Amino acid sequence: MDGTILLFLLQDGITNGAIYALLGIALVLVFAVTRVIFIPQGEFVAFGALTYALLESGRLPGTVWLLVGFGVAAFVFDLVALRRSGFTPARLTSAAIVDLVIPGLLAAATWSIAGMGLGNVVHFALTVALITPLGPLLYKIAYRPIADASVLTLLIASVGVHLALVGLGLVFFGAEGLRAPAVSDLMLTVGPLIVTAQSIAVYVVTAIAILALWLFFERTLWGKALRATAVNGLGARLVGIRTAFSGTLAFALAASVGALSGILVAPMTTIYYDTGFLIGLKGFVAAIIGGLASHPLTAPAALAVGTVESLAAFFASDMKEIVVFSLILPVLVWRSLTATHVEEED
Amino acid sequence: MSPRRLLTAFVVVLALVPVIPGVPVFWITLLGNIGLAALVAMGLVLLTGVGGMTSFGQAAFCGFGAYASAVLTVSWGWNPWATLPVSLAVSGAAAVVLGLLTVRLSGHFLPLGTIAWGLALYYLFGNLEILGRHDGISGIPPLSIGGYALTDPRTVHWPIWGAVIVAGIATTRLLDSRVGRAIRALRRGQLAAEAFGIDASTTKLIVFVYAALLAGLSGWLYAHVQRTVTQTPFGVSAGIEYLFMAVVGGSGQVWGAVVGAGLVTLLKEALQRLVPVLFGTGAQLEGVVFGVVLVALLQVARDGLWPRLAALLPARLRPPPEPAEDLTRRSIDTTRKTPLLVLDGARKQFGGLTAVNNVSFQVGRGEIVALIGPNGAGKSTTFNLITGVTRLTAGRVSFDGIEIGGTSPQAIARRGVARTFQHVKLNPDMTVLENVALGAHLRGRSGVIAAILRLDRRDEARLLAEAAKQIERVGLAEHMMKPAGSLALGQQRVVEIARALAMDPELLLLDEPAAGLRHFEKGALADLLRRLRAEGVSVLLVEHDMGFVMGLTDHIVVLDFGTKIAEGPPEVIKTHPAVLEAYLGGAA
Repeated sequence: MDGTILLFLLQDGITNGAIYALLGIALVLVFAVTRVIFIPQGEFVAFGALTYALLESGRLPGTVWLLVGFGVAAFVFDLVALRRSGFTPARLTSAAIVDLVIPGLLAAATWSIAGMGLGNVVHFALTVALITPLGPLLYKIAYRPIADASVLTLLIASVGVHLALVGLGLVFFGAEGLRAPAVSDLMLTVGPLIVTAQSIAVYVVTAIAILALWLFFERTLWGKALRATAVNGLGARLVGIRTAFSGTLAFALAASVGALSGILVAPMTTIYYDTGFLIGLKGFVAAIIGGLASHPLTAPAALAVGTVESLAAFFASDMKEIVVFSLILPVLVWRSLTATHVEEED
Repeated sequence: MSPRRLLTAFVVVLALVPVIPGVPVFWITLLGNIGLAALVAMGLVLLTGVGGMTSFGQAAFCGFGAYASAVLTVSWGWNPWATLPVSLAVSGAAAVVLGLLTVRLSGHFLPLGTIAWGLALYYLFGNLEILGRHDGISGIPPLSIGGYALTDPRTVHWPIWGAVIVAGIATTRLLDSRVGRAIRALRRGQLAAEAFGIDASTTKLIVFVYAALLAGLSGWLYAHVQRTVTQTPFGVSAGIEYLFMAVVGGSGQVWGAVVGAGLVTLLKEALQRLVPVLFGTGAQLEGVVFGVVLVALLQVARDGLWPRLAALLPARLRPPPEPAEDLTRRSIDTTRKTPLLVLDGARKQFGGLTAVNNVSFQVGRGEIVALIGPNGAGKSTTFNLITGVTRLTAGRVSFDGIEIGGTSPQAIARRGVARTFQHVKLNPDMTVLENVALGAHLRGRSGVIAAILRLDRRDEARLLAEAAKQIERVGLAEHMMKPAGSLALGQQRVVEIARALAMDPELLLLDEPAAGLRHFEKGALADLLRRLRAEGVSVLLVEHDMGFVMGLTDHIVVLDFGTKIAEGPPEVIKTHPAVLEAYLGGAA
């Protein structure tokens, strides 16, 4: 192997790593705010990628029906919750707007736009708009009723959600793998390296997204409310932050980050309805290296995971997944040993 | 019907199923699949439901068992029966290696770790040449008895369900034993368990290996029933399915595993038949139903179905234990005059905060010493330093002339130091008797094998009788067989004292024992402590009730902001200016 190959592998690793970084940060965010270990994050990636690829090829993505279905289910859950807390016209209206009207409008908009070939910027925005509401709706349906349960119960629920979403992915997107066209055919030659426009798009979008998240958490009231919930849920409630709202917001961010990652990854590899799981898990490896707590640690860890994966793929392609997932074990042990002793929770 | 009768009826029905004319082979095959899954789920019940370690990787251990036997029988021509010990040894060895790594993981890192090695092993199974890569190994010989091959599902039904019944009985027995109590204490009250000499990591490893052995057994059976082995059934999604079974059945219930395995297997079968009919397309929709049912179950019935089924049976109230031979007691030499416990410049810093600042004091033999001070004075931290829960930053702690600073809580417990906790640490689901018997853990010896073979009954009877004796001594005899969580908080504190007494301690550390007690209960507690003192037991207590402290103790140590500000007999402390200032502030 010569230097060029090494450089190529490193570049490939960093491109993938950037996407893992986005996912890892979303996972850390969801865990910190809601204590949910969000295994289904990868499904948002797959849904985002497939939605974008279908829009690009001029077809109507199944996401539309998925979104409407989720909205109806969430509305039922809201009705049940309202029956307990008492119906008021205001509450009923707001539930109907969030669960039925917004998904309905998005679906209608997509239905009328799809096939008009409005270009990748419109499709990009539309994909993010379609996937983002799935996060809060999912939170409402699956997690909010057990929000007070232990981390382990929430984790098992996550696994259930993952199974369901993969199955729904097959129903709404079919078994066929899709690949979106690259943003541009442009290539840059930097010394011995050939850098595609797509990888530049990945770096730029990732950097912007991370910066935006940072600004959101540091500079906005909502961001600060989320951080407060992450530090101490009960304390946050006592100062008037609605933790259910924080959860909703965290899931919306996670879903939009998932959609973004999906759009970025769609032109680089063929995505199937079940591809998301492995991509999401690699984001997890990074998040865990960051202790499920640190955003600044998660990003470099994700780049390292991407690099290791790309090197392993070159040297022992059969063993690629084995290497990446074994990598996590020493990290977990180290994390457990250095973690401050916490009294058992149940 | 008593549980024993019910079990007998269950066994008889199962034994007869294959010979009843007219039962379709299809149903027998399905029943066999349920049995194979139930074995794995049973291990998970112990691991996850009881031990609190969620594993998504259990299917990998089936893989070890199945592949070991497949390789030996196909490539080396071994007899299938001869491979059973090897299959178990391979799964067991894999579990020891993975377990040493896994049980160290704390909290949610543990299940994530199992996902990681579960995935890695899945890909490994499919990539090894010796295991036939993705094609797997086929042409595995069936089990045979006396030259008669068990190829018919009707005949192989007996070994499968025989294994399930044996495993169920063994697991039930294991839980109802000295080791079983230690296992049950893992999930809630690990700190307390360690304070009574239970080595949490070893106990966790035992559970981990036990669960893996059951999975390995299932894998071995699977290899010889299916006659072909590929990587597919040993991945993380299979692991999720097994966990699902354990949760559906009721994650703490041994026989719930059979119910869960049955329901999930039947549900899967029904979905595979119904979905194509209803939707015209098959595959993966079962995943949706599975996922939805799992989440719904967690929302509606977090404890699974078995407790609801069990509620239909008449409640089985166990009688209190029979009197048994006394356990041998520690001999306390009351004539020796050297102090029992010596703290010499003990110091604990948490970052910039000095919780305990170079504190020195002694507890003499047969003495009651109180540690008092305002809130946040460092009293409980001092307790944790003495019992090894918290590591000393500097200084020394010695017990009976031997340095104990820096040793583990278990090692300190073995020397005869028993404690109670400021925040009660009992397992609320275990009976008062079982909680107290945990205190006597170090006074018994029976292990896992003795428990499964019921060779531990004499030892067990003595432990339980000792626990009962201590419960009577503290005056809670009528609550003995109730779950500890059903008692009032003050009573739970007294249960903790009984548990500490069951250890037959030489030094008793009590953290606010009188809090939550009524007046006459406090009197009874003081009497009990005086009697213990007369027997030569030394007591160190943290207490806020000054009337209680002043009337009882020989010596008082006062802490304020981590520093010792005074010590002496009660009369001196009552009027000590530094103490008055700390409690009342300024010149009172």
